[in-house]
Amino acid sequence: MKLTKKRIRQGIGSLTYHGFILLFGFFMFYPVLWLISSSFKEHAEIFQNAHVLIPKTFRWENYVQGWRGFGGITFGTFFKNSMIISGVSTLGQILTSSMVAFGFARVKFTGRKFWFRMMILTLLLPGQVLLIPQYVVFNYMGWIDTFKPLIIPHFFAGPFHVFLMVQFISGIPMELDEAARIDGCGPFATYYRIILPNIKPALITSGIFSFYWSWNNFMQALMYIQTPRKYPASLALQLFADPQSVTHWGAMFAMATLSLVPIFIIFITFQRYLVEGISTTGLKG
Amino acid sequence: MPSLKKGPKRVRSLEHDNLAGYLFISPWLIGFFGFMIIPMIISIYLSFTRYNVLTPPRWIGLQNFKDIFYDDPRFWQALKVTFTYVLGAVPLRLFFALVLAVLFSQKRMFVGLYRTMYYVPSLIGGSVAVAVMWRQLFGVSGALNSFLVKIGALQTGFGWNVHPKTALLSLIVLAAWQFGSPMLIFLAGIKQIPASLYESAAIDGANRVQAFFRITLPQLTPIIFFNLVMQTINNFMVFAQAYIITGGQPFDRTLVYVLYLFRTGFTYNKMGYACALAWILLFIIGVLTALIFRSSSYWVYYESGGDL
Repeated sequence: MKLTKKRIRQGIGSLTYHGFILLFGFFMFYPVLWLISSSFKEHAEIFQNAHVLIPKTFRWENYVQGWRGFGGITFGTFFKNSMIISGVSTLGQILTSSMVAFGFARVKFTGRKFWFRMMILTLLLPGQVLLIPQYVVFNYMGWIDTFKPLIIPHFFAGPFHVFLMVQFISGIPMELDEAARIDGCGPFATYYRIILPNIKPALITSGIFSFYWSWNNFMQALMYIQTPRKYPASLALQLFADPQSVTHWGAMFAMATLSLVPIFIIFITFQRYLVEGISTTGLKG
Repeated sequence: MPSLKKGPKRVRSLEHDNLAGYLFISPWLIGFFGFMIIPMIISIYLSFTRYNVLTPPRWIGLQNFKDIFYDDPRFWQALKVTFTYVLGAVPLRLFFALVLAVLFSQKRMFVGLYRTMYYVPSLIGGSVAVAVMWRQLFGVSGALNSFLVKIGALQTGFGWNVHPKTALLSLIVLAAWQFGSPMLIFLAGIKQIPASLYESAAIDGANRVQAFFRITLPQLTPIIFFNLVMQTINNFMVFAQAYIITGGQPFDRTLVYVLYLFRTGFTYNKMGYACALAWILLFIIGVLTALIFRSSSYWVYYESGGDL
C-alpha cells in the first residue's frame, strides 16, 4: 500500500516535470516553428490567422522564388560569399590559434605570463569599442568593399580560441613532448607532429565557434561590404526583408529559414563539442 | 567550471627558447598590435578631433566630450535605453537559465533532448533570420496579434515593436528568449557540486526547496557571478537586433548605445564624435564590471575563503 502511494506520487511528479518542460518548451520553440511554417505559406496566409502553425498548402515555390534573390543576383551568390568568408576565416583561426596556444602552453620564454594575461584581458574588451578606428585603418588600406576586413583579422589568433586550446593542451601529458625531444624533435616538429594531432576535439570546437560567429556576423558585413554582388547571406537577407520593399513574404521567410540550415547542421553534427566548449570556457559572444 | 584566472601551468621540463616562443605567439602579437593597440591609439586621437573620413581630422580638444555631456539629449536617451534593456534582459536570462539548469540537472528521461531543444533559440538568436522573424512575429499583423485577436483579448492588431511603450520590451523578450548559454554553464556548475552535501542535507531532513536555497544557490554563486559579468557586457553591446527589428524607433525609444554609436559614425559621418562615444562606453562597462567584482565579496561564496 505504502509502496503504491509512493509510486503514484512519483508518477505525478514526473508528469508535472515533463508537462512543464514540454509546455514551456513549446513557447520557446514556437517562433522557430512559426518561421519554418511561414516559409511554406501563401502570401495572404502569412497575414491572416498568422499564428497557425500548419500551412493550408505547402508552397515549395516560395523557396524557388526566394532563391532568385534581388537585382539579378541569386541567393546562391550570397550563400557562396558567406561560405568563402566563414570557411577561410575559420581555417585561419584554427591554424594560428593552435600555434599561439602551443607557444603559451608548451614553450618557455621570457614574458610568457605577461602576454598571456594581456590576451585574457582582451577577452573582456568589447570589440565594438574599436569599430570606428578599425574602419579608419581598413579604409586607409583600401580594404573597403572587399572580403578582407571580414577574413584577415581571423588570421591573427582570437583570444577565445587560444584560451580554449591552451586549456586543452594543458591536459596532454608533458612526457609526450619530452619523448619527442629525445627523438630529436624541435618545437615546430613537436607542435606539428605531437600536439596538433592530439588536440583535434579542441580544433573542432574552436572551428565550429569560429564558423558560427562568422556566419552570423552582420555588423561588420554592414560596415564593409557595399556592392550587392559581394553581400554575405546575412546582409542580403536583411535587405531582402526590408519592410518597405518586400513583396513576397513567403520567399523572404524561405530564405531566412535556409540561412539557418548550415547552423543547424553544424549544431546537430557537433553538438557534443559545442556544449563542451561553452561549459569549459564559459564563453559565447 | 569556467575560470579566467587560471593561466597555463608552469612549463617545467622544456628548454627556455625565446625565439620559438615568440615565433609561435607572433600571430596573436601582430594582431594584438595591428588590430587592437594601434586602432586604440588612433581612436584616442580621433576622439579629440572632428573627422568625417573625407577631410583630415581637425583637433578640437575636449569639445566632443563637452558636446556629449552637455548638448546631446540622444546620448542620454541611448544610455537610458541601454540600461533599461540590460536591467530587463540580464536578470530574466539568468533567472530562466538557472531554473532550467536545475530542472535539467535531474536524472530524468529525455533530459538530453530537452536541453538541446532549449538551447536552439540561443543558437540562432543572433542571426538576421531571427531578427526579421521577430519583427513579423510582434508586428501589427503578426502571430502574437493574430492569436490575441482569436482568443478575444484584442480587437485589432497592436504594433508591439513600433509602439513607444512596448518596442523595447519586444527586444528584451528576444534577449530573454536566448538563455541557453548561461543555462549550459549553470548546468556544468551544478554537476560539480558534491553529492555528499545533498546526502547530508537529506539526512538532516531538508526538503528539495531548502536544499536548493542552502546548497545549490550558495555553491553556484561563483558561476552566477561569472554569468552576470559576461551577460552584462554582452547585452550592453546589443546592435543587430535593434538595428533590424526597430531601427531605434519609435522616437529613439529603442536607440541602444551601440546603434547610436554606429549611426553617429557611419550615417552622420561624425567619426571623431563616435570615437568619443566609444571611449565613454568602455568606461561605463569598466565601471560596471568593477562594481560587480567589488560586490562579489558580499555574495559570492568561495570554498576556500572564510568559514561560512
